[in-house]
Amino acid sequence: MSVDTATVKRIASLARIAITDEDAARMAPELGNILGWIEMLGEVDTTGVEPMTAVIPNTLRLRDDVVNADPLTGGNIREQVLANAPVAEHGFFAVPKVIE
Amino acid sequence: MSDYRIQGETGEWEVVIGLEVHAQVTSNAKLFSGAATAFGAEPNTQVSLVDAAMPGMLPVPNRECIRQAVRTGMAIEAQINKWSRFDRKNYFYADLPQGYQISQLYHPIVGEGAIDISLDEKNPDAAGKRIGVQRIHVEQDAGKLMHDQHPTQSYVDLNRSGVALMEIVSKPDLASPAETGAYLRKLRSILRYVGSCDGNMEEGSMRADVNVSVRKPGHELGTRTETKNVNSVRFVMAVVEQEAKRQVEVLEAGGKIQQETRLYDPDRNETRSMRSKEDAHDYRYFPDPDLLPLVLDDAFLEECRASLPELPDAKRARYEALGITAYQATVLTAEVEAARWFDALLDAGVKPAAAANWTTSELFGALNRTGKDILNSPVSPAQAAELLGLIADGTLSGSLAKQVFEVMLETGDGAAKVVEDRGLKQTSDTGAIEKVIAEVMAANADKVADYRGGKDKLFGFFVGQTMKAMGGKANPAVVNEVLKSALGESVAP
Amino acid sequence: MTDLTDLGIAGIRDGVRDGSFTARDVADAFIVKVSQAKALNAFLVETPEHAIAAATAADTARAAGETLKPLAGVPIGMKDLFCTKGVTTTAASHILEGFTPTYESTVSQNLWDAGAGMLGKLNMDQFAMGSSNETSAFGNVISPWKRNDGGNASLAPGGSSGGSSSAVAARLCPGATGTDTGGSIRQPAAFTGISGIKPTYGRCSRWGTIAFASSLDQAGPMARDVRDCAILLEAMAGFDAKDGTSLQLDVPKWEAGLSASLVGLRVGIPKEYRVDGMPEEIEALWQKGIEWMKDAGATIVEVSLPHTKYALPAYYIIAPAEASSNLARYDGVRYGIRDLPAGSGLQDMYAATRADGFGPEVKRRIMIGTYVLSAGFYDAYYTQAQKVRTLIARDFEKAWETCDVLLTPTAPSAAFALGEKSADPIAMYLNDVFTVPSSLAGLPAMSVPGGLDKQGLPLGLQIIGKPLDEQGVLNAGLAIEQRAGFTARPEAWW
Ligand SMILES: [Mg+2]
Ligand SMILES: [Zn+2]
Repeated sequence: MSVDTATVKRIASLARIAITDEDAARMAPELGNILGWIEMLGEVDTTGVEPMTAVIPNTLRLRDDVVNADPLTGGNIREQVLANAPVAEHGFFAVPKVIE
Repeated sequence: MSDYRIQGETGEWEVVIGLEVHAQVTSNAKLFSGAATAFGAEPNTQVSLVDAAMPGMLPVPNRECIRQAVRTGMAIEAQINKWSRFDRKNYFYADLPQGYQISQLYHPIVGEGAIDISLDEKNPDAAGKRIGVQRIHVEQDAGKLMHDQHPTQSYVDLNRSGVALMEIVSKPDLASPAETGAYLRKLRSILRYVGSCDGNMEEGSMRADVNVSVRKPGHELGTRTETKNVNSVRFVMAVVEQEAKRQVEVLEAGGKIQQETRLYDPDRNETRSMRSKEDAHDYRYFPDPDLLPLVLDDAFLEECRASLPELPDAKRARYEALGITAYQATVLTAEVEAARWFDALLDAGVKPAAAANWTTSELFGALNRTGKDILNSPVSPAQAAELLGLIADGTLSGSLAKQVFEVMLETGDGAAKVVEDRGLKQTSDTGAIEKVIAEVMAANADKVADYRGGKDKLFGFFVGQTMKAMGGKANPAVVNEVLKSALGESVAP
Repeated sequence: MTDLTDLGIAGIRDGVRDGSFTARDVADAFIVKVSQAKALNAFLVETPEHAIAAATAADTARAAGETLKPLAGVPIGMKDLFCTKGVTTTAASHILEGFTPTYESTVSQNLWDAGAGMLGKLNMDQFAMGSSNETSAFGNVISPWKRNDGGNASLAPGGSSGGSSSAVAARLCPGATGTDTGGSIRQPAAFTGISGIKPTYGRCSRWGTIAFASSLDQAGPMARDVRDCAILLEAMAGFDAKDGTSLQLDVPKWEAGLSASLVGLRVGIPKEYRVDGMPEEIEALWQKGIEWMKDAGATIVEVSLPHTKYALPAYYIIAPAEASSNLARYDGVRYGIRDLPAGSGLQDMYAATRADGFGPEVKRRIMIGTYVLSAGFYDAYYTQAQKVRTLIARDFEKAWETCDVLLTPTAPSAAFALGEKSADPIAMYLNDVFTVPSSLAGLPAMSVPGGLDKQGLPLGLQIIGKPLDEQGVLNAGLAIEQRAGFTARPEAWW
């Protein structure tokens, strides 16, 4: 498996990780090695095998439609929500201006 | 059903339209957290740690949101998938705290269904078309970005973040702005009947992504564009019209249609390209490992089905079977509140045809005039039934009934009380009517002569004079009868 | 009076209960030890006030004649992956520097509710990604152990729960929390001569624990012996409505159920775990383990887990894929650091913040995960890996037809020196070769110390159990513990 620098840069951009040309060039063979190694999975005959969906037999539990039933998963906690924000103003999170 | 064509320089073009409608599920709490969903709260007050994607937070689904999606699926006779699951759609944006939207790509909860639309209210069955629904899946809404409050910053409000949406995806079966509008209105009506979405497009409870492509009749599908988040029926129709026109112009000028996302600008009535991001389409969907497969049991499905109300098409058919005209049945069933009001009126034992006539003309006219909707109608079904009863038993003539209804609208009083208080009872007393007619004839001897001489158009004059003299309370049928014999009597040799 | 820090959890609990010493004495003794062990770099934050408050509460309750809580008077260390209210929590990553949760993780809350106190937050591999504790943004954790070769090489305490293993082995705390995604409790326990158990997936709530790979992450205890693990796990585990994958089951009384008699137990020996290049000493210890099991009354059966060799590559698709998505939330908007290069927009801010905030191993795994999920590769990598995962789980199910627990080495080597494997990611990943398969299958698994190698370093044995059979795992571990007589401890040099 060979991964080129352009691919590394495309993946880094998808993952929103800024990367220099040098780092991308350094990372290319490294990712290529790892991907080459995991490609041994291709040897396994998985015809008719379902992909795993639940590691321990269990299905999704649903909760009741009640507002703020548990304070840990309810609202009305704006101070807590904004407490760690790098920039918060007037009750909002603030980010550099986005042009849509 | 639609022969909608765009006339281009090179000939006729067909339009192919598909809608992805995002409908906010009616629920108290969000899809995966206990924060409230109410509209218009202070910024970031209806946000839980889960909705803000704090480290270590996990989603647990709200049963009601699942239930409403299933009921909606049942209402369009769609396949309900007893095994479904949630996937993550990964992308970075400031209104998406987790960096992914929890949605359903691979195994949606609702599969194929259909919605019947009509372009002609007067003749709904003949002008009908069945529009396929590909799927309905449940997903989270994003937060909101505000761009105009600060010169260099955008503000993020996560109140909507995590609110449950149903994405209802139509097949590309729509072929004109009119069909698209009819589909959207019908879908909205069904959602409101079911109670799974309030259909309030102004508040964003329903938005449509409009997929449009054009082609020469009989040709392969063209490249489509997707115009996002259009928030009224009128705008959706305008998008179809403008976008189709634009595409024809591009193609006829030798250009190519880009598969892209566009925005509608209502002020200029045009669509424009959103700044496209190269990787915008690599969402890296995969099953959300925080959420196990959603398995619905028979009891759950049973309850969903049992709780479905009578839906618009069934109701319309029932009304027609009761002798109500197709047009009136369509009008009465279009909005769930009106249909509920009318059903209550029928339950009061009134004659269906008369009730439909009165409701569609008198009541709807009055509501229109006063700018009220049926939910706060000043006249209740019981009061209307009382009024219709007084018409049926001859107590009130049509014109008296109109007077009584006006008073009822003003005072909120019952029909019988108005009749009593204002003395608006119709009289069928032949003796009294004969007496008045004799007076009228005596006062207009010349006209009597003219009438008898062959000017039978004067009959209306005599009716009018008699009614006037009796203050409008005479039974018109009796007046007619007595007049006919009184005027004719003297003719007899 | 004996050094209170030589006591384990049961010893402290019982001593506080019967009044042999006060909880405050215990807390103070450990607080001093923690403050003197900076050289190990095991703690990222010290919280003596928390430990003292819990101790005071225990002493007050005892003085008032109240029934003491299960962990009254027991101070522990908390892996920094667990969000702790009012106490900085970073997952050992620069990107979360300064983040102070306003909430308490379910596991830590359960421990406080049981009366435990917190000595501090433990260093770890960044976002739990690593097997040597060299990926922390706040410096390597050093193992208290040294080779007996006269050299002074700093050794890896294992990872990712390396702060936990180092602190417990150095007697800085009698027990600690760990988390295990592909071996992060068991491998560091083996490297430092302590015990640790990863319970069945879903036993411990993941709510409030910073996610690495959601379908694999499980919290568990690390302590000096099997009984202490049982006590801690009982307090940590339990159904949590806030976690959709939490098992709705009562917590068994594991401590009360401890029994070292294995009569009637069938112990499976998976032949695929005899890997090329495994040191002879590990092979020998495994053989000893088999003898100890027999001695405890068990019968030994050879079993086959044919897809074992595909477990690691499957893991290195599934875990990075989940991580690439789980870590998307670290974007500089709501918490943690923000890098905003002059004149840059939102997307540049994301890229700069994440480039600066994540360490190299985290970035590497996010890149792998992003790659395997990207358009055109999803089926070949991710779907195939989940199918292989099904086959791996089936291997175990098949094995349970002929045995009740499995016995294997925990790791293919003893602790290595810091820096020894960091140049080659795959060599590092291979360290988890024995622990990853049971993680992929969600099974309970434990490491207990079995002996020392020629260099004087601890080696561990792993017991893997059926779903929900933590008791069987603990009992087999206890049988080994009693026979191994492992009493070695690192000599204090820090
Ligand atoms: Mg769309
Ligand atoms: Zn959608």
